[in-house]
Amino acid sequence: MIRVLVSPAPIDLADEMALAGQDGALATFTGMVRADDGVTELMLEHYPGATERALTVLAEEAVLRWSLSGVTIVHRVGPMRLGDRIVFVAASGAHRAEALDACAFLIDRLKTDAPFWKRERVGDHHRWVEPRASDDVSAEKWR
Amino acid sequence: MRILYFAWVRERIGAAEEEVEPPAEVDTVAALIGWLAARSDRHAAALSEPERLRAARDKDFVPLHTPIAGAREIAIFPPVTGG
Repeated sequence: MIRVLVSPAPIDLADEMALAGQDGALATFTGMVRADDGVTELMLEHYPGATERALTVLAEEAVLRWSLSGVTIVHRVGPMRLGDRIVFVAASGAHRAEALDACAFLIDRLKTDAPFWKRERVGDHHRWVEPRASDDVSAEKWR
Repeated sequence: MRILYFAWVRERIGAAEEEVEPPAEVDTVAALIGWLAARSDRHAAALSEPERLRAARDKDFVPLHTPIAGAREIAIFPPVTGG
């Protein structure tokens, strides 16, 4: 089962965990808004239509590569506060190794393959987050 | 052809999308970026460094050398930073 959701609504972990896995192993990753250098707010922009397509392609690739019973990718968009959950990914399967690898694959590749852009607010002005070279390295190891 | 802009590309141009009809010699995404950059100072400010830009053709990520013939929608944006 694949669940892909892009929404401005807060991510409810209990709901998502319950939907994500009834199997032997459930691996999850949750990304949250960090207080980097005085950041007080984060805005997530995305490319409607293309985003959902890219996330679905990723989820389908995970299902082909590992023996999984479920893949979940939930990404929040719009304005967020410090500590808010930005992204939740989960992979469930019979055994931990496959669930853990698939979970790492999903978040590593989401960082480079899905059309999201972060804009940070610091005081009275905002700035667009620059991509990290280390994200490309992390994504590349799954290719 | 519909052109979409995102993130700082959108902000610098001052528009999220526009309809254009590039001439036939504008045959790739890279050529399209060069052609769009000449439309105004704001376009030039957003599009003058193609190495900082990425693109999608009909909602699929593509390299900048990709042909645009037959495309309905081209999106131009900075490298992605989600997750």
